Amino acid sequence: MIYRVEIRSKESFGDPHAQTVFNQVRELGMDSVSGVRSARLFFLVGEFSQDAATRIADELLTDPVIEEYHVGSSGAPDDAALIEVHLKAGVMDPVAASAEKAVTDMGLQIEGIRTARRYELLGDVSDEQRRRVAGKLLANPVIEEIHFESHTPPEISTRQYDFQVVEVPIRDLDDEALMKLSTDGDMFLNITEMKAIRDYFKSAGREPRDVELEMIAQTWSEHCGHKTFRSDVVVRNNAGEIVEEIPNLLKNTVFGSTKELDKPWCLNVFEDNAGVIEFDENHAVCFKVETHNHPSAIEPYGGAATGIGGVVRDPMGTGLGASPVANTDIFCFGPTDMPPGDVPKGVLHPRRVMRGVVGGVRDYGNRMGIPTVNGAVYFDERYLGNPLVYCGTVGMLPADKCTKRQPAAGDAIICVGGRTGRDGIHGATFSSGELTHKHETEFSHAVQIGNAITEKKVLDTIMQARELGLYSAITDCGAGGLSSAVGEMGEQIGAEVHIDRVPLKYAGLTYSEIWISEAQERMVLAVPSDNVDRILKIFADEDVDATVIGHYGTENRKLRLFYDGTEILDLDMEFLHDGLPRPTKDAVYEKVETPSPAPPRRENYNQTLLDILASPNVASKEWIIRQYDHEVQGGSVIKPLVGITEDGPGDAAVVRPVLDSRKAVVISCGMNPRLGDLDPYQSALHAVDEALRNAIAVGGNLERTAILDNFCWGNCNKPDRMGTFVQAAKACYDAAMAYQTPFVSGKDSLNNEFQTDTGETIAIPATLLVSAMSVIDDAARCITADAKEAGNHLFLLGRTSGRLGGSHYLLVEGLETGNDVPEVDPVANRKLMLALQQAIEAGAVRSCHDLSEGGLAVAAAEMAFSGGLGMELDVEAMASESTANEQATLLAEDAGRFLVEITPEKYDAFLRITKDLPVGQIGRVTDTGRVVIKGAKNTLIDLPIEDAKAAWQKTFDW
Amino acid sequence: MARPKALVLRTAGTNCDRETEYALTQAGFEARRIHIARLIENPATIAEFQFMVIPGGFSYGDDVAAGKILANQILHHLGDTVNAFISVDKLVLGICNGFQVMIKAGLLPWANVSPDGANRDATLAWNDCGKFEDRWVHLRCDSDKCVFVSKGDIIALPIAHGEGKFVPRDDAVTQRLLDGDQVALRYVDSEGNPGPYPVNPNGSVDDIAGVCDPSGRLMGLMPHPERFIEVTHHPQWTRGGIQQADGMILFQRAFEYLK
Repeated sequence: MIYRVEIRSKESFGDPHAQTVFNQVRELGMDSVSGVRSARLFFLVGEFSQDAATRIADELLTDPVIEEYHVGSSGAPDDAALIEVHLKAGVMDPVAASAEKAVTDMGLQIEGIRTARRYELLGDVSDEQRRRVAGKLLANPVIEEIHFESHTPPEISTRQYDFQVVEVPIRDLDDEALMKLSTDGDMFLNITEMKAIRDYFKSAGREPRDVELEMIAQTWSEHCGHKTFRSDVVVRNNAGEIVEEIPNLLKNTVFGSTKELDKPWCLNVFEDNAGVIEFDENHAVCFKVETHNHPSAIEPYGGAATGIGGVVRDPMGTGLGASPVANTDIFCFGPTDMPPGDVPKGVLHPRRVMRGVVGGVRDYGNRMGIPTVNGAVYFDERYLGNPLVYCGTVGMLPADKCTKRQPAAGDAIICVGGRTGRDGIHGATFSSGELTHKHETEFSHAVQIGNAITEKKVLDTIMQARELGLYSAITDCGAGGLSSAVGEMGEQIGAEVHIDRVPLKYAGLTYSEIWISEAQERMVLAVPSDNVDRILKIFADEDVDATVIGHYGTENRKLRLFYDGTEILDLDMEFLHDGLPRPTKDAVYEKVETPSPAPPRRENYNQTLLDILASPNVASKEWIIRQYDHEVQGGSVIKPLVGITEDGPGDAAVVRPVLDSRKAVVISCGMNPRLGDLDPYQSALHAVDEALRNAIAVGGNLERTAILDNFCWGNCNKPDRMGTFVQAAKACYDAAMAYQTPFVSGKDSLNNEFQTDTGETIAIPATLLVSAMSVIDDAARCITADAKEAGNHLFLLGRTSGRLGGSHYLLVEGLETGNDVPEVDPVANRKLMLALQQAIEAGAVRSCHDLSEGGLAVAAAEMAFSGGLGMELDVEAMASESTANEQATLLAEDAGRFLVEITPEKYDAFLRITKDLPVGQIGRVTDTGRVVIKGAKNTLIDLPIEDAKAAWQKTFDW
Repeated sequence: MARPKALVLRTAGTNCDRETEYALTQAGFEARRIHIARLIENPATIAEFQFMVIPGGFSYGDDVAAGKILANQILHHLGDTVNAFISVDKLVLGICNGFQVMIKAGLLPWANVSPDGANRDATLAWNDCGKFEDRWVHLRCDSDKCVFVSKGDIIALPIAHGEGKFVPRDDAVTQRLLDGDQVALRYVDSEGNPGPYPVNPNGSVDDIAGVCDPSGRLMGLMPHPERFIEVTHHPQWTRGGIQQADGMILFQRAFEYLK
C-alpha cells in the first residue's frame, strides 16, 4: 500500500521556496507566469491503515502552525501548470531515511518512504514554458524524473543479482583490439598501459576477470595515479628543439622543494591524505584541497556537496584521523550574465551551476558543522563546460597520532559508514577523461549524492575509537572506492576481502560494482582482532553501519577478493602499484613577448575603479559567504567579512582550533587564471605570493606557513598544455625555495576540456590554486583590512612596475592584453613580508590590505568603505619603477604589495622596522567618506565610499 | 561545594556540542555531552543534572523540518523523563537547533511535552529570505522572568540558521506570551530599536528571537551565545572597544541561579 501525502503552506502564510522559484522563473524572462505554489510530497509505503497515515502526516510531516496536509492526490490543478519532480529509483534520499526512523519512533511499522516536490505555475503558461522551467530550474534529469501529472511512484522491485564470474580475454588481443577494450570499458588507459596488463596476464597464464581490469584501470587512472605529474618530460621550443628534459616532474619540482627545505615542523607531507604540520606540543594541523569538477558540471548541487564530503574525509583518513575544523571553497564558472541562448548544448547555465554548487557546499558543510571560512570565485567563458570546484579541509589531530600508519598482518578490514550502491561508479576514470556534450547522459552514474549526517556520525564515532586507540590504520573511501582504499592500505602486506559482506543500499550490484563504487561517507579501518568487538559497539551505539569485510596480510603480497567463497580477483600488489609504466610526456613552451596596448589616459579614473569593483572576480561574494556557517565550532577569530558594517572583504580567515589556547591557524588562498594564459611561470609565482600575502596581511607567520598546490589544466597529453604545466610546476619549486614555504600536499586535475556538439574542444585556462596555512602564537595580535581611524598614516609596501599585462584594468577597458605580466621577485617580497610581520607583531599596524586585482585603487577603496572612512593618497610617493605611468601606479597588479595603516604613536617604530625596504608614505585616513588619489598633476580618483561600495556589492546582489 | 552539572544533549547531526560544553565549563559548570540513545537506554541518568542544554546543529539533517525528528524522538521516548525534569527547579536552554527542538517537542512555549500539544501554538519557519544566513545581530532582553537574561540589556550575538522565523499560531498566542512575560529576546538595532531586514534577520513575528516558558526556567533562542564567549569572537574586535563577551551572560546567569 502506498499513501500519498501532500503538504503545502497555509494560504495565510507565505511560501519562501515558491517565492524563490518564482523569482528565478522571472529571471528566465517568463513574464506571463504570475505566481508559483509548491508542495512537499511524501509516499508512505507499508501495511498500515489510513488513520495511521493521517497520524504520520499530522504529527510528523506537517508543521501545523503554517502548513496543511492532504492524504491522497489532489490531482492536477485547473488554474495552473503542474510539475512534479521525483527522485529516480536508487538515488540517495536522506529525508526519506530520517522520516522512516521517525515513524519507527512513533511506534509504527513502515516499509519505506519516498519524497518528491510539486510545483504549480500560475498564469498563462505554455507547454514549452513548463518544460523549460522543469528542465532549467527545478529538476536535473541525471538524478530526477519530471512528471506533468500527479504521479505516485510504483513500489520498488529490485532485481536480484545472479552471481557469475566474467572473464575478459586479453592475452591474444592486438594493439587495436586492446585500445577498443580500453575505450569500450571506460578504462581511459593508453596502449603502453594496456600492453603491460596483457603481459601480466600472459605471464600469469590466464585471462583476467572483469573486476581485475576494473581495479587496474582505477589504480592506474590519472586521478589516482598522478601519471602526468610523475612522468618524465621532454620540453621543446616552438622550433621543435629540445630545451630541457626533466625526469619525474613531481619529484623535481613541488616535492623537491619540500625535501630541500626540510622544515622540522613538517610532520607528514605528501605521503598521506593531507599534509600535516606542527601546531603546538600536543596537536598537529593538516590541510588538504581537492577538486570535484566533472561531477559538479553534471549535477552542481550533488557534485559540490560530495566534493566537500570527500575532502573532509581526507583529514579524517590522515595519520590516525584528524577532526575537521575549517573548510575552504574556490570556484571557477562561466559568466553568470550569459544569455541562455548562448550556452552550448549539454552545458548547464553558469548561474544555475553557481547556485547549485554554493547550495551543495552550504548544505554539506553546514550540516557537518565545519565552518567554511575562506574562498574565491573566478569567471571565464572557458569554464562554461568545465566549471572548477575546489574544496579544502583543515583538520586537527593529536601530535602523537599524526604520521602515516600501516595496517598489521591479521588486522580486520572494517568498512564504516554509508552503504554501498551504484552511485559514483567510474568516478576515478571519468574524472580522468574529457567531458563531451553527451556526458550528461552517458556518465550520470558517476554522480554521487551525499548525506552529510551519515558522515558526521562516522566522524563522531571514529574520534571516540581514535581516543581509545582501537585501530592501527585508517583511510577514506574516495575515488575508486573500496578498490582504492583497501588496495592502498594493503600495498605492503596484501589483503583478502569477502566482497559479499559489504552492506548494500539495494540488491542487484555485481561484485565489480561493489568493489569500485564511489558511494559516499565510507571509511576503511584496520583493526587488531582483539579490538573488533569494542569498536563495533562504538559504531552500533550511534547507529553507524560497520562491517568486517576481510583482513590485511596475505602470502606474497597479494590482493584477493572472494564472492560467496569463490575467488574473483587475484592480483600482485607490486604489479598494481608499481606495474604502471612511467610515461614520457612531450611538452612545448616558448614565451614570445607581446606588449599590451597602452590604455587611454583619462581625465580621472573614477569610472574605471567602479567598473573593476563591479567586475565579477572582484565584486563582493557576500551572497555566497553568508550562506555558509563560518563560526561553528567556536574558534572564529577573523571572519571572511570584516569592517564596521561587517560586509567588507577580508584577506584571510583565522580560526582557533583549540578552544582554551590562543594559538591560531591562518587560512588563505591565491589564484589568477587570467595570468595563467599569458605566462604560466609568472602566474604560479603570483598565486603563491597572493596566498602568502593574504596570510601575512592578517597576521600570519611566514616562517610557519605551509602551502598546497592544486593544478587544474587542460588535456596534458597535448604538448602545449603540458608545456604550460611544466612552467607552473617549475615556478612552484622556485617560489617555495625563495619564500621558504614548503608545499605539504597537492592534487591535480588534468583533463578539463569540453567537446561541444560541433566538435570544437574548449580547454580551461591554466588554473593553479595555491592554498596556505600559517600557525600563529596569539590570535589577539591579528588585524583586519578595514581602515580604523581618521588621521592615521598610510604606507604602501612593495614596488610597482609599469607592466599591465593581465590586469583587470585592461579587462574592464575591453582591451586585448599582451603577456607583459608584472614579474614577481619572491626574494624581495619575502623580506618585505617578514618586515610587515614584525610590524604587526609589534602592534604597529592598525589595518592592512594586500594589493591584488585592481591594484592600489581597489585596495584603497575597499579599506576605506570597509572602515566607513575616507582616504587621501598621493601616488607620487610610491616606490615605483621609472617606467610606471599614472595608470600603472594606480591600477597595476604587481605582487608583493600591501597598503597599511599606522598610528602616529607607532610611526617611528614602523619606519625603523621597514628601513631600507621599498616603502612609500602615501597618505592618511580621513573622515571625509571619500577616496581621493592624487597623481603628479591632477586628481586621479575622487569618489564617495558609498558609490564604491555600491558598485562592489551590486553584481551578486542575488 | 559541588559544581552544578550540565547535560549537553547530542545526537546525529548535533554540531555545536563541544563549544557549548566549553562555554558551560567556563561559566563554572561540570558539563557532559550525552548521546540521546544513551539517555533513552537509561533515562534515570538525567536526574544527576540540574541543567540540560540542547545545542545547535542539524539534528538528523533537519530532514522533514528543523529539529522535528529529534523532537519526535523526545516525545515518544523521553516524554515523561523530560516532563519530570522540568517540573522541579531545573533549567533547560535550547540554542538554534535546540530551540527548534524545544518548540517542536512542546518544551516551549508552554513546558508540556506531549504529542497533541507540541508544535501547535508556535513554530520556527523558513527565514523570509528563503535561505540559511550567518550574520551578527543585536538583541534586546525583554523579560524579567527569564532566568538567562537581564531585562533591558542590549547584547550582540551571531545567528546561523535557515529556519528561524518565529511564528505564533495567532494573535491570541502572542498576547498570551506577552502577558506571561515570556518574550525573552527581540531582534533590534544597536540602539535597541526594531527594524526591517537585516535588523530582524528572518522575519520573526514581533521581532521575537527567543522565548521562555511560563516559569522562566526554560528558554530557547535562535542566536548562538556559545559563539561569543571571547572578545575575539566579535566581528569587530580588531576595531577595539569590545569589552565583554555577551554570550557568557546566559551561561553565567544559569550558573548563578543553580549554584
